[in-house]
Amino acid sequence: MAQPARPPTGYPSQNGAGQQPYSNGPVQNQLMHSSDGQGYSPSVPGLYSHQTPAKVPPHQTSGQYNYSGSQNVSQLNNYQGPGQTLNRPPVAPFSGSPVQQTGPVPQVLLPALQNSAAISSAGSFPPGASPPVLSNWQYSQTPVSQPVGSQTSHLAHVTGTGSAQPPSSLSGNTKPPGNYQYAASPGGPPLQNSYMKPGSAPPPVTQPLTPLHPPARPPLGPPPVGGPPLIRPSTLTAGPPNTQSLLNSAANREGDATSAASDGSVVQNSYDAIEGGGLMATPHPSPAPPNLKMNRSVGYSYPTLPPGYQNTSPPGAPGMQASALQYPDGSKHFHQPALGTNHLTASMGGLSLQQEGLRPVNLLQERNILPMTLLKAPVPNLHEDIQKLNCNPELFRCTLTNIPQTQALLNKAKLPLGLLLHPFKDLSQLPVVTSSTIVRCRSCRTYINPFVSFLDQRRWKCNLCYRVNDVPEEFMYNPVTRVYGEPHKRPEVQNATIEFMAPSEYMLRPPQPPVYLFVFDVSHNAIETGYLNTVCQTLLDNLDLLPGNTRTKIGFITFDSTIHFYSLQEGLSQPQMLIVSDIEDVFIPMPENLLVNLNENKELIQDLLRTLPQMFTKSLETQSALGPALQAAFKLMSPTGGRISVFQTQLPSVGMGALKSREEPNQRATAKDIHLTPSTDFYKKLALDCSGQQVAVDLFLLSGQYSDLASLGCISRYSAGSVYYYQSYHHKHNPVQVEKLQKELKRYLTRKIGFEAVMRIRCTKGLSIHTFHGNFFVRSTDLLSLPNVNPDAGYAVQMSVEESLTDMQVVSFQSALLYTSSKGERRIRVHTMCLPVVTTLSEVYLGADVQAITGLLANMAVDRSVSATLSDARDALVNAVIDSLSAYRSSVLSIQQPGLMAPFSLRLFPLYVLALLKQKAFQTGTNARLDERIFTMCQVKNQPLVYLMLMTHPSLYRVDNLTDEGALNINDRTIPQPPILQLSVEKLSRDGAYLMDAGSVMFLWIGKNCGQSFISQVLGVPNYGSIPQNMTHLPELETAESIRTIAFISWLREQRPFFPILYIIKDDSPLKSSFLQNMIEDRTESALSYYEFLLHIQQQVNK
Amino acid sequence: MAFTFAAFCYMLSLVLCAALIFFAIWHIIAFDELRTDFKSPIDQCNPLVLPEYSIHSLFCIMFLCAQEWLTLGLNVPLLFYHFWRYFRCPADSSELAYDPPAVMNADTLSYCQKEAWCKLAFYLLSFFYYLYW
Repeated sequence: MAQPARPPTGYPSQNGAGQQPYSNGPVQNQLMHSSDGQGYSPSVPGLYSHQTPAKVPPHQTSGQYNYSGSQNVSQLNNYQGPGQTLNRPPVAPFSGSPVQQTGPVPQVLLPALQNSAAISSAGSFPPGASPPVLSNWQYSQTPVSQPVGSQTSHLAHVTGTGSAQPPSSLSGNTKPPGNYQYAASPGGPPLQNSYMKPGSAPPPVTQPLTPLHPPARPPLGPPPVGGPPLIRPSTLTAGPPNTQSLLNSAANREGDATSAASDGSVVQNSYDAIEGGGLMATPHPSPAPPNLKMNRSVGYSYPTLPPGYQNTSPPGAPGMQASALQYPDGSKHFHQPALGTNHLTASMGGLSLQQEGLRPVNLLQERNILPMTLLKAPVPNLHEDIQKLNCNPELFRCTLTNIPQTQALLNKAKLPLGLLLHPFKDLSQLPVVTSSTIVRCRSCRTYINPFVSFLDQRRWKCNLCYRVNDVPEEFMYNPVTRVYGEPHKRPEVQNATIEFMAPSEYMLRPPQPPVYLFVFDVSHNAIETGYLNTVCQTLLDNLDLLPGNTRTKIGFITFDSTIHFYSLQEGLSQPQMLIVSDIEDVFIPMPENLLVNLNENKELIQDLLRTLPQMFTKSLETQSALGPALQAAFKLMSPTGGRISVFQTQLPSVGMGALKSREEPNQRATAKDIHLTPSTDFYKKLALDCSGQQVAVDLFLLSGQYSDLASLGCISRYSAGSVYYYQSYHHKHNPVQVEKLQKELKRYLTRKIGFEAVMRIRCTKGLSIHTFHGNFFVRSTDLLSLPNVNPDAGYAVQMSVEESLTDMQVVSFQSALLYTSSKGERRIRVHTMCLPVVTTLSEVYLGADVQAITGLLANMAVDRSVSATLSDARDALVNAVIDSLSAYRSSVLSIQQPGLMAPFSLRLFPLYVLALLKQKAFQTGTNARLDERIFTMCQVKNQPLVYLMLMTHPSLYRVDNLTDEGALNINDRTIPQPPILQLSVEKLSRDGAYLMDAGSVMFLWIGKNCGQSFISQVLGVPNYGSIPQNMTHLPELETAESIRTIAFISWLREQRPFFPILYIIKDDSPLKSSFLQNMIEDRTESALSYYEFLLHIQQQVNK
Repeated sequence: MAFTFAAFCYMLSLVLCAALIFFAIWHIIAFDELRTDFKSPIDQCNPLVLPEYSIHSLFCIMFLCAQEWLTLGLNVPLLFYHFWRYFRCPADSSELAYDPPAVMNADTLSYCQKEAWCKLAFYLLSFFYYLYW
């Protein structure tokens, strides 16, 4: 339930994103006033609330919902859960001021819902929103924040216990504003007035959220959000004028007031009202006509509704929800009048969107095609009610948001159809359902989801196979509202992303304990690099943060030409080393004590980690028996499964799996004959064995010379591990890599982990899965075996249309990830996405998601380079652009215009493909070393789309003239939002300083004539000449410039789970070439400039 | 006709051809199971590939010895196909044609299925050819 107690502990560990939300909550109100008004209003449900006033009365209860996530206990009243008793007291207050509170509330809910829809589409998980609190029911929304260290997901129970809550609830009531903005509502009445004023500057609230999920923001923006609030207006968004909104809001308020007055009802009852909504049974979201009218009259002024409403509504929940986005509780698409309004506005927004989308763009004429803000995922053209329930595009994204009806149409469009998934992403909140029966379709085993239709109260129709299923008795009861007979209100049907606690049917064996085995290379070469110090120290520091429970086991193996095991038997005064020199037939020297319980033997383990770096300093052994060491590790792990982390610094040279150097430096330039395929099957086979025993192998390659990553990488690729590569790692000569290793290792050790996982992807009948991309082993046509799953892994799936999708309005995709958490719970995380089906080519182009297409093409190109050649892959990439644009030209454009015409949705396609061609994985020329190229390919395959796009096409900002104009406000921090510049040297000026954000690295380039003030006040050095060569940190100075710059950089960093290193470079820095290499629009020795590339494409297209 | 070496070859081929037909059917079933079922690709597919290739090579050698040029000519294309598949595989692969991680790719799987069907047809035809020779 309410997690109030929790947040502080768990969240901090999370990625930056997760943390903020909480902090935001309280602050928000203040922010609102202070803020520029730029906020992304979408997140704030409250804003929209006014629209719904008419309908309000029934919904008053919204406050009661805790969905809204307001963690404050007060809201919990309704929930009987553990917290309940505690909470109850608070209830009284509510009832006491029923009128005021209730009145606003209902409205709030509706709007919230609407908002939520918008939000959900946006995909951002609002940080602040606390999960729905269903105390008694197992349905607890835990903030699943992925906080690395602490597995938050498990927190759910904890949170559920009401112990912490009571106080919180009280506090919530008394000081509404303080806790959550939403929480404020309890205090409601008094606050209202004050809030109302702020209303004029509505959006701020949302802002906090936005930073977290930057990409997501845009989608939210358009319809719901008032145009003005958006700081950086996305190209698509056309917000309603503020003034309108204000007016409307005023009107709404009145309406609310009246409604409120009318609602005298007790809060508890209100639940029913809310959920019942009246039309329980109606399966389809049919907006109530009256509402529509209402809306029209109102105009779409969502944004205006300021905080005031939210505050008024005790539940605050609604707002929370909205912020929570994905979990719009009460809002069932089925009924709710409010929806109608949303729909209307949405459709209006949609119109403008469409027109914009259909406008062909002449790429040759539009020089500045790059949007000033990060590109967001397109919003599927769905009924608003459905869209608001849809899965967050960060988690689940399709290359074509309008699915073509037939394979023929798809072929005609010449665009790839596929999904990009980030299924285990750290989420700031996630509803978790514990229920003895998990409702699934009886024929296709689909989990019940928001896109099924209820034929009546007792039957539901699967949206994937269209079978009609019975609703089990237990499902009739809604734990959220404690109402019987509302299956469509259950959290399962309200959330596109949800997690189930799996009962024992989902276990083949008892859930395994978390087992971590570390395998270190201690040959002479490895000792030279000095990595062991860093790794052992980082491990020591994070030993307590390893995800796990009392059953966690840990073990160590080191190897050179022999294999060393460490016995950590209890009672030993120091670890005992056992050496196995028979590497042809590896055996385990002792049956137990090699993998020991972490908590019971912590001292011995710490002792070992402290002595390990010194133990081999005199080693002269240069051979490396990686293969046998891996075999030994596998044998050690196979009874339990778990994670093996291998640190390797050179080419394995003895025993099984020995490799020979295949790199020929002189031939790097020729794209032929480079060795991208493994030279031996040993690692692949071992990986398959590992996969069978639920063991994953993560490879850290720290190597100066060629180490044949193409062969070694297989060990991770097929066992669902990950690969890290630190080129030329050396503790003295390469301090930057050391820091990178430290940061990445910390993230690696502390991030959430899922064991013995499988992921299945289901899709509506007629679609079928063609190919998977990522690190895993494919066990069946739709089933991936993932011995480990981590929150930083992304997957891509190519789809094909097998049977034409006639008569279908929408299709759905569902991914279900079954895993064992580090706490030993079996869980299922389900994501469902719903997309419309279209019949014409122009609609297909309209819905194209250029980033997803680029991501999928990159994955396909990696496959192509391995199976054929690199130049084939490059040609295929170029042809993808040419084919799609010429198909567009010949089939969609009625008037043949000169120039290179592209649909608006694909206007960045040539740019992104050019970026791919210039990326390390696919570039030609002598720059890329073979291992580096292969590592980049691994990343393409394994990274989530957001990071892949940043890596491919970095964002460039000018930072020497940051201003607060358009800045975001988060937690009292002002975060400037400079516009994104095109990646061309033309945009660089010698008197500026530029920040390039390439995902895992950032470059800060200082121009030669950069303003003295910037150099002294941000870099803290007197002049340009005194900027040190290897500067990677900005000093924290007290100047405004410094604060702004640091705020901006740390804001960028907080959005991702890993820690991008900042390189400060000058004209003469060795890293300058890496910086300039990312200048994608410029010509390089071996690649075309953007304009030349366009000309080339035009030539081909017009042929 | 006298009981020549050629006749012996054909008789033996007949028997072995029955085995090959069995193998082909087995492959068809295996791929079908892969497509529809939970069978893990790791233990599927591969064990019968090498025997199949060697039996077929044995035919060809026998027909070569027996100087049955027509029959040999009919079999040579398949022989070359087998060689091609065998040598195209990764370095030291004993897994031959069907690579567990790759076989689930829709293209690969349908290719393998088609291949198995074609082989079945070929073996059936050659079975009757040997029978009525």
